[in-house]
Amino acid sequence: MCEPVDTEPHSLTDFDREVDALRQLLSARDLMSVDELRRGIEAIPEADYHRLGYYQRWIRSIADNLLRRGVITEAELRAALEAG
Amino acid sequence: MFAPGETVRVKDAWPEATGPVHIRTPHYVRGVTGEIVRHLGDFPNPEDLAFARPAETRPLYHVRFRKGAVWPEAKPDDELLIEIFEHWLERP
Amino acid sequence: MTILEADSDQLLAAVRALLERKGIVTSPEVHAQIASTDAASPGQGARMVAKAWVDPDYRGLLLEDGTRAAEALGIRMRGLPPLGVLENGLEVHHLVVCTLCSCYPRAVLGYPPFWYKSAAYRARAIRDPRELLASEWKTVIPDTVKLRVVDSTADYRWMVLPRRPDGTEGWDEEQLAAIVRVGDMIGVTVPEAQPAAVGTGSETRS
Repeated sequence: MCEPVDTEPHSLTDFDREVDALRQLLSARDLMSVDELRRGIEAIPEADYHRLGYYQRWIRSIADNLLRRGVITEAELRAALEAG
Repeated sequence: MFAPGETVRVKDAWPEATGPVHIRTPHYVRGVTGEIVRHLGDFPNPEDLAFARPAETRPLYHVRFRKGAVWPEAKPDDELLIEIFEHWLERP
Repeated sequence: MTILEADSDQLLAAVRALLERKGIVTSPEVHAQIASTDAASPGQGARMVAKAWVDPDYRGLLLEDGTRAAEALGIRMRGLPPLGVLENGLEVHHLVVCTLCSCYPRAVLGYPPFWYKSAAYRARAIRDPRELLASEWKTVIPDTVKLRVVDSTADYRWMVLPRRPDGTEGWDEEQLAAIVRVGDMIGVTVPEAQPAAVGTGSETRS
């Protein structure tokens, strides 16, 4: 962690912006607080945490929280992943 | 409630060692003594919000610490300013 | 393998499809949210800083209540975390970091820069900030100035009001706002009395 800081500007991808927007919309609908987002990120196993990018951690946490809240079910998510 | 200027110590507690939790008190400041700068307002306890549980509102303070109290090699007069919830603070 | 280990792009597509089908979040809503998020930029914070430099009443409001100061310039703050503003001067220099995640005053500065979210910045800013600023940004904080690192851990979002640089006497707000960079409002850099170099260090559209 004492490595150099990459101070160059990085462009956000469409994926990044969509995940960011989705996070805001779910918070606005009281379906996921920012604290739930953080809890979900911290719950990612360490190896996966380091492998995933910033917004990849977010979408994993968002999916985790929507399942926990029962907004979506595991069967629905599995079917949607297969359909995709 | 704590008053500005009051000396406080962050609890030397490690609830993450015993189960799943979400905590907004940085580990490096646990057990360290600092000074209340001001009461920032009252906010729902993030430790409950993180698990979608009903969250009681708790006072939140800005607390100032001497850098040297945390890391001996630091320039001693440099400071840390951190938001800490009341239930993490105690009178030393 | 658990279902959460699915590929990230596929996970996003699946979650969006389900939320769309349930009428919870629609595609036009996502696009509208992206557009409004993209509209926030460090230029907003820079306008606040420039106004505070020329208007003592506004400076007072900014330091007292950053949220109201932002709203006074037409920046939408409703439903967003309260904004706190800390002033840099000849005695104290503030540096903002979020060691626990990446809390950032997005309402007034836009998306956080890549470096702000990095583990390296978060670790070094709290542990060895003087060395960090000198090596990565060539910002040298004199020994006579107290460095105060602000760890943004909870419900506020923090922005720095930098010190107005010498050589800007008589400049108007627009000229002043043009020299305020995103790093100046986090505390990794200090404004200089010359036109801003290209690149603000903020995230740009791909």
